[in-house]
Amino acid sequence: MNRFAELLDRLVLTPSRNGKLTLLTDYFRSVEDPDRGLALAAITGDLNIAAVKPAMLRGLVSERMDPVLFGYSYDYVGDLAETVSLVWPQSPGHIPNREPTLGEVVGKLQSASRSDGPKVLAGLLDSAGVSARFAIIKLVTGGLRIGVSARLAKQALADFGKVDVAEIEELWHGLSPPYTALFAWLEGKAEKPQSTAMALFKPVMLSNPVGDGDLDKLDPADYAAEWKWDGIRVQAAAEGGSRRLYSRTGDDVSGAFPDLADAMHFSAVLDGELLVGDPRETTGTFSDLQQRLNRKTVTAKMQQQYPAFMRCYDLLQIGDEDLRALPFRERRGRLETFVQTLDPSRFDLSPFVQFEDWQALEDLRRAPPHPVIEGVMLKRWDSPYVAGRPKGPWFKWKRDPHTVDAVLMYAQRGHGKRSSFYSDYTFGVWSGGEGEEELVPVGKAYFGFTDEELKQIDKYVRDNTIERFGPVRSVRADRDNGLVLEVAFEGLNRSTRHKSGVAMRFPRISRLRWDKPANEADRIETLRALLDR
Amino acid sequence: MRARDLLHPRPEGLYCPPGDFFIDPVRPVDRALITHGHSDHARSGHRSVLATQQTLDIMGLRYGEHFADTTQAARLGETIALNGVSVSFHPAGHVLGSAQIAVEHQGTRIVASGDYKRQKDATCRPFEPIRCDVFITEATFGLPVFRHPPDTEEIARLLKSAAQFPERSHLVGAYALGKAQRVMRLLRDAGYDRPIYIHGALARLSEYYQGQGIDLGTLEPATVEGGKDDFAGAIVVGPPSAFADRWARRFPDPISCFASGWMRIRQRAKQGGVELPLIISDHADWDELTGTIKETGAEEIWVTHGREEALVRWCELEGIAARPLHLVGYEDEGD
Repeated sequence: MNRFAELLDRLVLTPSRNGKLTLLTDYFRSVEDPDRGLALAAITGDLNIAAVKPAMLRGLVSERMDPVLFGYSYDYVGDLAETVSLVWPQSPGHIPNREPTLGEVVGKLQSASRSDGPKVLAGLLDSAGVSARFAIIKLVTGGLRIGVSARLAKQALADFGKVDVAEIEELWHGLSPPYTALFAWLEGKAEKPQSTAMALFKPVMLSNPVGDGDLDKLDPADYAAEWKWDGIRVQAAAEGGSRRLYSRTGDDVSGAFPDLADAMHFSAVLDGELLVGDPRETTGTFSDLQQRLNRKTVTAKMQQQYPAFMRCYDLLQIGDEDLRALPFRERRGRLETFVQTLDPSRFDLSPFVQFEDWQALEDLRRAPPHPVIEGVMLKRWDSPYVAGRPKGPWFKWKRDPHTVDAVLMYAQRGHGKRSSFYSDYTFGVWSGGEGEEELVPVGKAYFGFTDEELKQIDKYVRDNTIERFGPVRSVRADRDNGLVLEVAFEGLNRSTRHKSGVAMRFPRISRLRWDKPANEADRIETLRALLDR
Repeated sequence: MRARDLLHPRPEGLYCPPGDFFIDPVRPVDRALITHGHSDHARSGHRSVLATQQTLDIMGLRYGEHFADTTQAARLGETIALNGVSVSFHPAGHVLGSAQIAVEHQGTRIVASGDYKRQKDATCRPFEPIRCDVFITEATFGLPVFRHPPDTEEIARLLKSAAQFPERSHLVGAYALGKAQRVMRLLRDAGYDRPIYIHGALARLSEYYQGQGIDLGTLEPATVEGGKDDFAGAIVVGPPSAFADRWARRFPDPISCFASGWMRIRQRAKQGGVELPLIISDHADWDELTGTIKETGAEEIWVTHGREEALVRWCELEGIAARPLHLVGYEDEGD
């Protein structure tokens, strides 16, 4: 249990992706089954502990310590799980010979009934030290919040076993905790596990951005073009009664889109874009789609107001026949026929974009006919469907980003190589009427500048600090003083969480406008207009 | 005599009217008794200072030789009479030279703990509990959430991380007096025999510790000569403030570590951008505070700098008279 607890403690404070991967692979290497597999399941959210509920914690702790002292403690720490883990009284007579293993803890928690749940939890907390108690409580409350996605955990498995992450993704949904067969394979001690599960994820083919001069070397006749739709890439897999919608990283998102999943009356695997609206009439914006994302339950009203549909790009499997090795041209032909058999309110075909030469396509890319289009895709007619991001067969050619001139408001210190630099910037634009202008924060960015520019901004921040809160500095920014940053971004979403009402997608610093007076930075209305388009 | 007539707070610090002296005064006074060398307790400018020889030496290093008009060294355990009041110094286990001060007059004995801890520390003498009527305890970590783990476990985590990330340097933030030398000594006790790199602010105090027979091994200044690669895999110790500074840019992709009791609280570590918190404190944790209070047998407890209310509450529950003693000028964050 201690090793798992230590892993959680390290992961939550390690900002760098590579650092996290090192910590995870070292853990997989040094910890045995079933503990490492259970830790993996806890991280990917695949561990289910039903009978023990977070609400029990408060009751348990109030039986054990003075409520006034607990109150002081909770006020100071601010987090219930952490407070309980720290103040849990350990009776000196009951210090166990050894702490329980993760396997023992999970076993006891999972086999607890509703009525003896509190007793089981208390017994476990009695048997553990501070860090392990925190980890136990985190297991019970679910949601570790350690900044590790399922995707990153799978990458760590791939690094650990020196295999391609696509192989892990493909297997994943046929496996279950504690993943003993998976680890045995990754350690070279057994064959790759064979899955008998239905409707498994097939690793997705991704594209590369068109770089400078790339197109000069390519013959337009070799490529088909399609619009690049601004939704979320999904894979619809249906087989033998199983119907699953996967995100492009292999997470099962069927639960959030029951309306679309229910319409999957077929035995095939489709690749496409999930959008909202009715494909025969309207395609909703990304803001509309957002209403349907990250929800545990979807109301009937929500499904009616923002119905989900899939705009199909590719056909990977039909019945038992795997089509991935066929050239795109052939798969596309099969797809066109196949889509005609599907519910037209839930599935349609991604149309081709006709073009003679690159210049013609460039013109279309710059002025797409629909606001939910974010560029064009190029696919070689002869390309097989290959997992990952091979260079050459598929390109994405995005519409130019939006830009806005904003004023630097806060700067936060970075981590690792940047720990002595103020490198994360919160910026704002003007709002309010004449004479009452104030800056309202609209986003945060921490890349897009060169190392030399970073040094310059860092110096500016240090020279113009007006307040400090921990690692954050508030920077002088008013009508007469302030550093204007040109910020590039891919799109805007409505946001109820931000005062400005907008949230940027992929914001980055595109230019430093040392020359521009702060009062000439953009206004919030400019951004809102983009939202209403 | 009543305890509060023997010692009570004044704006300058804790004052003894019959003896006419202050303990750890924050403003210049005629006669000061000083518990230890941390700057919020030991200030310069008093007329006469009574403290342990090591505390006097440390004050000399920090403020220059003429930090007071006259000084007198107190030997541990020896009783000194000041205007008929008996005072004696006893080890506090906080940092090198640190002492509790016992004040006794007409059958009443008060012990002012200064700052103290009960964990073992190879860089200073261990705390000795003194029976007394009134015990004045610090309460820096006076909440039940503060439970310091064994320091050896914390150092083991640092060494494990150094092995896990050999291409990076580990910057350990530690206060220049006491904590820094303790961390270095713990590293040596754990078998770490490579040079430890130190920030300039640590040099003279660390040298003094070495001169007092506390072996810290090879220490080298963390200055740039051969470029960043010099520090790949290195452990660097410096005052916490230095790591947010431009000074830290000489290290390759550093992992920021901070040795402090505050690191017990995850949010504190996160807010400070600390990647590897090391829960190593020179102050007593909750269990040490409550255990020490019982050990002194004091009938009354005065609680000072820190989270007084929780410790006062605990005393109430235990049936021990307790009150907060409001002294001004000490750093709440003193770790």
